[in-house]
Amino acid sequence: MSQVVIRTLAVGKSYRTAAGPFAALSGVDLAIEAGEFVAIMGPSGSGKSTFMNLLGCLDTPTSGDYFLVGRNVAQLGKDELATLRNRTIGFVFQGFNLLPRMTLADNVALPLVYAGVERDARRARALQELARVGLGDYAASLPSRISGGQQQRVAIARALVNSPQLILADEPTGNLDSHTSEEIMALFTELNREGITIVLVTHEPDIAACARRQVRFLDGRLVSDVPTAARALAAC
Amino acid sequence: MLKAMLREAWQAMGANRLRTILTMLGMVIGVGSVVLMMAIGQGAQYAVAQTISTMGSNLYILISGSTSTGGLRSGGGGGPTLTVADAEAIAELDGVANVAPVHQGTQQLVYGPNNWSSTVVGTTPPYLEARAWTIVSGHPFGDSDVRSATRVALIGQTAADNLFANDDPLGKTIRIRQSPFVIIGVLGKKGQNLDGRDQDDTLIIPLSTAQRKVFGTPFAGSVRLIMVQATSAEAMASVERSMTALLRQRHRIREGQDNDFYLRNLAAAADSAAETTRVMSVLLGAIASVSLLVGGIGIMNIMLVSVTERTREIGIRMAIGARQKDILTQFLLEALMISVAGCLIGLVLGIAGALLTNAVTDMVIVISGGSILVAFGVAAGIGIFFGYYPAHRASGLDPIEALRHQ
Ligand SMILES: Nc1ncnc2c1ncn2[C@@H]1O[C@H](COP(=O)(O)OP(=O)(O)OP(=O)(O)O)[C@@H](O)[C@H]1O
Ligand SMILES: [Mg+2]
Repeated sequence: MSQVVIRTLAVGKSYRTAAGPFAALSGVDLAIEAGEFVAIMGPSGSGKSTFMNLLGCLDTPTSGDYFLVGRNVAQLGKDELATLRNRTIGFVFQGFNLLPRMTLADNVALPLVYAGVERDARRARALQELARVGLGDYAASLPSRISGGQQQRVAIARALVNSPQLILADEPTGNLDSHTSEEIMALFTELNREGITIVLVTHEPDIAACARRQVRFLDGRLVSDVPTAARALAAC
Repeated sequence: MLKAMLREAWQAMGANRLRTILTMLGMVIGVGSVVLMMAIGQGAQYAVAQTISTMGSNLYILISGSTSTGGLRSGGGGGPTLTVADAEAIAELDGVANVAPVHQGTQQLVYGPNNWSSTVVGTTPPYLEARAWTIVSGHPFGDSDVRSATRVALIGQTAADNLFANDDPLGKTIRIRQSPFVIIGVLGKKGQNLDGRDQDDTLIIPLSTAQRKVFGTPFAGSVRLIMVQATSAEAMASVERSMTALLRQRHRIREGQDNDFYLRNLAAAADSAAETTRVMSVLLGAIASVSLLVGGIGIMNIMLVSVTERTREIGIRMAIGARQKDILTQFLLEALMISVAGCLIGLVLGIAGALLTNAVTDMVIVISGGSILVAFGVAAGIGIFFGYYPAHRASGLDPIEALRHQ
């Protein structure tokens, strides 16, 4: 039996709004083991991003418990959460979120700065990851000089640079055309084969079909959790 | 890590160059004016201290005449009330180092075709020591010269320059009111006194000769001034008391009657001059510091703008593992870098300004390591003080909110 990376127990999140408390998420029980590839689906506003933010330790649940690699996140301080985000999790965002003033190599190396890695080692690791996503020749470029698909590859390289166990991707292909999306999904599939646990949010069934397990949210509740029946994309 | 952050701070400064330069300008002006004003203030203090040291220390001047609410008025029917005998009696008092009766006035000095109007001081040998005059060539006159009213003179540098130009004055004979005087000594240079008068524009001759041959006073043995030097600063108060008592007794002044002499404490005058320049220098520094403060507020303003602009960036950094203190350090370093760079430039400009002031106005300036250190410390302090609030605000941002920020 392999290690459980993510375990949520009746996790809920309610926001204070002008119209009173609003439950964006309630009673979510989910366990994800190491090496899994999970797609989260559901209509807009169903709480997918809210859930991902909880999984990524960017936010904390208002009810229930969340264990990340066996540690109860509610009991960790801000610095410990930052360290967890730095070492255990890699984030990939819909909007790429590269720092515009830094070269691609510096962007990829940034998590290593916060991990306290020496400069030379940082650079070597960053170049290695850039090469892995097929952008080894662009180390000195600025994000504005490359295409969206390439930017997302750089973002993935950045997510990978500190060798995380878990990659969290919230609509990573949301801003990309179908061809580029397919390339990105091929990359995720390859990473998953190498043993990295991946959780991604998507609206597209084709994309979700790359994952081996599909979880569906509706109005803040987890309503279905099924293995993928059939692959739709040739790339995965 | 710190090195990486320093490099990032440097890049951030370069990213918005004009804004960085304008922000820095506030610091440049602030530090520059502090350095300049301190240089001028300390220079003034130095100049006054220099002047005071040429004046002679622990000095009193007794002046004939009486003080009343109306100020100085002549007493005893117009003639000088002080006498050479008074001076001799004062010399016997405890705590008195030197006493010199003085009769001085402005006279025309003539040497060949040259003539020059100068202050002629008739006095006795202790005068030189009391006023801390040195003799650079020749020798002073002695008590015997005073007794026999010889026509010898010691000449100050300004008077010598004007009468003799490049000639050596020693041994030359000059005339004052037709009387010939032989220059037996040349006085060392002193510069201006506290009132701005050139102390070197002078000729010192024996008192008796001055009274008989130059000023022709009808009251032989009387003098307008007596210079008294106490042995130490501590002795001054007791000398003042015993001297006043002695003179009142010698002049038979009854209880309740005004003194027929006026006593001026030169040491006190020197102290107050020094105090005045000290206050002036502090004031200059304080005014300059205001511009430093304004510069600091400019930094805070720009850092706040920068934090707002870069909210999303802060969110991204937090998501990939930046701790609060990493964000805090990053913004603090940026503020510090702007203020220290501004400080360095301000320092250079301030020193250049001070040297220029000195070249153009020949005002004395003093650039001390201390003032440079203070300027630096203040700049660093301002960077930290005014950079802290924006940096703290940045580090306290909620990662989710920051990431969502457009
Ligand atoms: N900070 C917040 N304050 C109040 N309500 C919020 C906040 N964040 C999210 N919500 C609400 O919570 C619900 C879930 O939002 P969430 O962003 O998780 O949806 P989503 O499933 O990711 O939708 P989408 O597919 O459009 O990205 C929405 O109704 C949203 O309005
Ligand atoms: Mg969403």
